[in-house]
Amino acid sequence: MIIAERKPIEKILSMIAPYKKVLVVGCKGCVTVCSAGGDNEVHILSSALKMARAKEGSEVEIEETTIERQCDPEYIEPLRKFVGEVDAILSMACGAGVQFLAEKLKDIPVYPALNTTFIGVTEEQGVWTERCHACGDCKLDRTGGICPIARCSKSLLNGPCGGSVNGKCEINPEIECGWQLIWERLKALGMEEKMEEIIPINDWSTSRDGGPRKVIREDLKL
Amino acid sequence: MKAGSNLEKILEKGEFAVTGECGPPKGADVEVVKKKGELLKGYVDAVNVTDNQTSIVRMSSIATCALLNQMGLEGTMQMVSRDRNRIAMQSDIFGAYALGIRNILCLSGDHQQFGNHPTAKNVFDVDSIQMIQMVKQMRDEGKVLGGDEIEGVPKMFIGAAVNPFADPFEFRVVRLAKKVAAGADFVQTQCIYDMDRFERWMEMVRKRGLHEKVHILAGVTPLKSVGMAKYMATQVSGIVIPEKIIKRMQDAPKGKKAEEGITICVETIQKLFNMKGIHGIHLMAIEWEEMVEEIVKKAGLFPRPKA
Repeated sequence: MIIAERKPIEKILSMIAPYKKVLVVGCKGCVTVCSAGGDNEVHILSSALKMARAKEGSEVEIEETTIERQCDPEYIEPLRKFVGEVDAILSMACGAGVQFLAEKLKDIPVYPALNTTFIGVTEEQGVWTERCHACGDCKLDRTGGICPIARCSKSLLNGPCGGSVNGKCEINPEIECGWQLIWERLKALGMEEKMEEIIPINDWSTSRDGGPRKVIREDLKL
Repeated sequence: MKAGSNLEKILEKGEFAVTGECGPPKGADVEVVKKKGELLKGYVDAVNVTDNQTSIVRMSSIATCALLNQMGLEGTMQMVSRDRNRIAMQSDIFGAYALGIRNILCLSGDHQQFGNHPTAKNVFDVDSIQMIQMVKQMRDEGKVLGGDEIEGVPKMFIGAAVNPFADPFEFRVVRLAKKVAAGADFVQTQCIYDMDRFERWMEMVRKRGLHEKVHILAGVTPLKSVGMAKYMATQVSGIVIPEKIIKRMQDAPKGKKAEEGITICVETIQKLFNMKGIHGIHLMAIEWEEMVEEIVKKAGLFPRPKA
């Protein structure tokens, strides 16, 4: 899923400083699962903003709602009723959700309450870690199901660099060396000969380097 | 001859090579390069010029190599994949060759987090092994990566780095094999203090016959002080300094620490000289270039052979 975390309250307060009435919109997708922008977080943020503004002597009125997904037009449509009602929207979705609200609700300024951090997993309660860079050309078949692009700090494709020590990355002893993980996994599977193959120079055109990407499924189009 | 550089000729003749290292200035001061060049001239067969090592902005490796070449030394241009994509790399290789540079060392590069611009965006379009393949294709096929013919083929003597002291240990010989398969003509190792581990690695290298396919230059760095030894042992990833070496530095009398460091370095070189499969040393006297003459002479590697 997409992992996100809330921006510092001061930052959010500065974004909504000019407004008297703000709609805070949560999302029931990924950001609910990672406890960054679901219904619960909408209530908490709204209360915090109201209290802070009251303390400053410039009260703010806040409307709260959490929609199914901010990345689907059908769920955004009902928000149209707030046009003319609120001065601004604070979206608690990922960057895609913020942009889709802004795109669909053209007359209201939309602000991000979260920082979208990565595509990752819940490693344990309260701990999320990155797994995928969405490079558009999955190579996990060659690397034992562990992605060198996302897990190696330098996205190297041919094995751990000279800075890998005791399974840790040279940039931080808290970070596991992605290639050490690949090596161990392939060894456990009896497939370590894969580490002898040279993975050729990458085609990054399927990644962000090819420009904003688009997927079209003719079979699904109406 | 693949490139016809001095380093290639010496290695091809079967001579025991000595390469040095020069870190460029953190600015445009040519005098810094000249001073280091003068200290190295006559004592090494080629000089590696680092490419913004530890991600600290310095004079470019290409320009520094060109300055050293003008002084009658031979620069080995280090190139890291951190700061350039394949377009910039190939362009710089053309330019380097046009300026007379004949050796290249292909590296991934230290992560930018270590340097003076930790908020920079890195590139890593190509990794070090793919870079070796790219330079080889340019030289041997006369084509850029994209397939276009090259006008004036840059014939580089291709080098790579290997670190027997990084982990996983068993993979380290595989990594060398990959670099050889990619097209490395010579490799330089990380600095050696743990001779036992290095010998174990060399055994694996010889078992695979890799020492017959590539010139292996063993890396050495003289220790200046106990502080330096401890710093390198604990703060630099991929360097192992055994306790007994640190103890030797500690036990040396005050005022004689540097001398002990030189003695350890010379002893290491002599062991490496006699080790099967080692074709030379890479002497990295970091910001201590004035000791290169003494080390090379004490190790019995002076005068340097004519190519």
